[in-house]
Amino acid sequence: MNWLHPAEREALWLSLEVSLRSVCLCLPPAVLIAWLLTRRRFPGRTLLDAFVHLPLVLPPVAVGYVLLIVFGMRGVLGGWLHRTFGIDLIFTRNGAALATAVMTLPIMVRSMRISLENVDRGLEDAARTLGAGPLDRFATITLPLMLPGILAGTITAFSAGLGEFGAVITFVSNIPGETRTLPLALYTALQTPGGNAAAARLACISFALGLGGLLLAEWFARRVRRMLGR
Amino acid sequence: MLQVAVKKTRGAFALCAQFELPTPGVAALFGRSGCGKSTLIEIIAGLLGADSGSVALDGEVLLDTERRIAVPPEARRIGYVFQDARLFPHLGVAANLRYAERRARGLAYVGFEEVADLLALGPLLGRRPQQLSGGEKQRVAIGRALLGQPRLLLLDEPLASLDKARREEVLPYLEKLRDQLAIPMVYVSHQFEEVLRLATHVVLMDCGKTVAQGGIGEISLQPELRGIVGADAVGAIVDGEVAGIDAGGALARVRIGSGELTVAAANLAAGARVRVQILARDVIVATAEPRHLSVRNILQGTVCGIAADIADADLISIDVGGAPILARITTAARRELGLCSGMRVWALVKTVAIAADRLRRL
Repeated sequence: MNWLHPAEREALWLSLEVSLRSVCLCLPPAVLIAWLLTRRRFPGRTLLDAFVHLPLVLPPVAVGYVLLIVFGMRGVLGGWLHRTFGIDLIFTRNGAALATAVMTLPIMVRSMRISLENVDRGLEDAARTLGAGPLDRFATITLPLMLPGILAGTITAFSAGLGEFGAVITFVSNIPGETRTLPLALYTALQTPGGNAAAARLACISFALGLGGLLLAEWFARRVRRMLGR
Repeated sequence: MLQVAVKKTRGAFALCAQFELPTPGVAALFGRSGCGKSTLIEIIAGLLGADSGSVALDGEVLLDTERRIAVPPEARRIGYVFQDARLFPHLGVAANLRYAERRARGLAYVGFEEVADLLALGPLLGRRPQQLSGGEKQRVAIGRALLGQPRLLLLDEPLASLDKARREEVLPYLEKLRDQLAIPMVYVSHQFEEVLRLATHVVLMDCGKTVAQGGIGEISLQPELRGIVGADAVGAIVDGEVAGIDAGGALARVRIGSGELTVAAANLAAGARVRVQILARDVIVATAEPRHLSVRNILQGTVCGIAADIADADLISIDVGGAPILARITTAARRELGLCSGMRVWALVKTVAIAADRLRRL
């Protein structure tokens, strides 16, 4: 990757890191929310559904702004995190990961829901009659059977996370080496005189990563489906 | 003893069931498709709740809506074999079996090897569920249910999705299960042949209600059965003992009541106990002792009941020294013969009329 400028290489690695953190952060709540939305009937279910999907329809800048208010130094959660754990989100890569996580959550939840809807509840009933309690059933039957959706959702969310722009720049700004991910670097290059070549290189990388991610997700899903005999 | 008394309404369908089954033993829950059999055993398993009522197994209350007791299915230790097998697709055959074994909480009435032997699962252990035939899947599902060390095994039409040949692949294993393990079973079916082969006790269901219950012989005489099995399958089921083998081992003489019935001998030996169904449509009634006939089976008895049957026909109950036989004759013939209760008659049955699937060794 010697044809990349060091700053561009830095942006690429940072993007990968932020996206990876975001996926790790997103995975547990996404599984839980997908399960709640598919399997449970409770008051406020429609509201939760809408809330989770909100980032798909809101301007990303608005999401970043909300995060800024909630997780900023003077925000309700931001202040508490700073005082209790010494965790600062604003202007940090952790903050970038959080913004990316919020933006990619709906992608993950959607993919997992489709997968979970295809899990035959009869199999869970069968496990029940064999003595498996709720957690046991979830871990040994439901989770493995929704694996295609989890994998596909994770890879798609990771790829999408590499390119998250609006929420990231609003929440954690555009700091080289800390929060300047690929799209932010691309934007910066476009704003800089003589940055056209750099912008083209960064765009090419984004394109390749996106395409690779989508293909990988499809390949994984197909493999797992075959393994499950569907 | 399994005691069930439950009510459940689901849309326009109302289930109202009450029965008691002796354990161990094989009880058949018998009725037409859609009469509520599956709903009923789902309630017994706990997979479905009841609107009101109770379920108790060997004195332990599993469900009592009044006392607000509802033991969850995972704590009931009731095995369930589903119509569609429901093997876990992400696990191999062996792992499916081990899944049940690991959750049996250290109980081990039947071991892995024993179950694999009994159901001939050895060659299947390395395969995945997708690579099994329908009959093989059911055998694995039965094995898996057994390894859960259940106190009661529920089988929900395990053969219904199989064709006749595949059914014959599974039925002998179910018979082995009944004969070798003392595990009580409730077998749901709408095929009377299966019930005849497997069950010791029958609960008859119709339109969501349990209409009759008792030993299989008793149930075979119930008039309600006609509407469920169809007129052609009506016939007394009687137990007897093989008195001797004739014609170079091809025919067996079975003593039933005070008479003797010659049937095609399928590996029967003298002294063996058998259960046989004599279809009412295959029985001819004579009021004088018949001679010069090819019929091998002439049973002397007394008329003990006459009931209207299908249009223009009557069902005559004949007591052959303690063994009941049903005969369907036309109303015109009944009048001509002047049949009435207490009359001495001879019942004629052709040997070839007693097909192999209507005969079972006890």
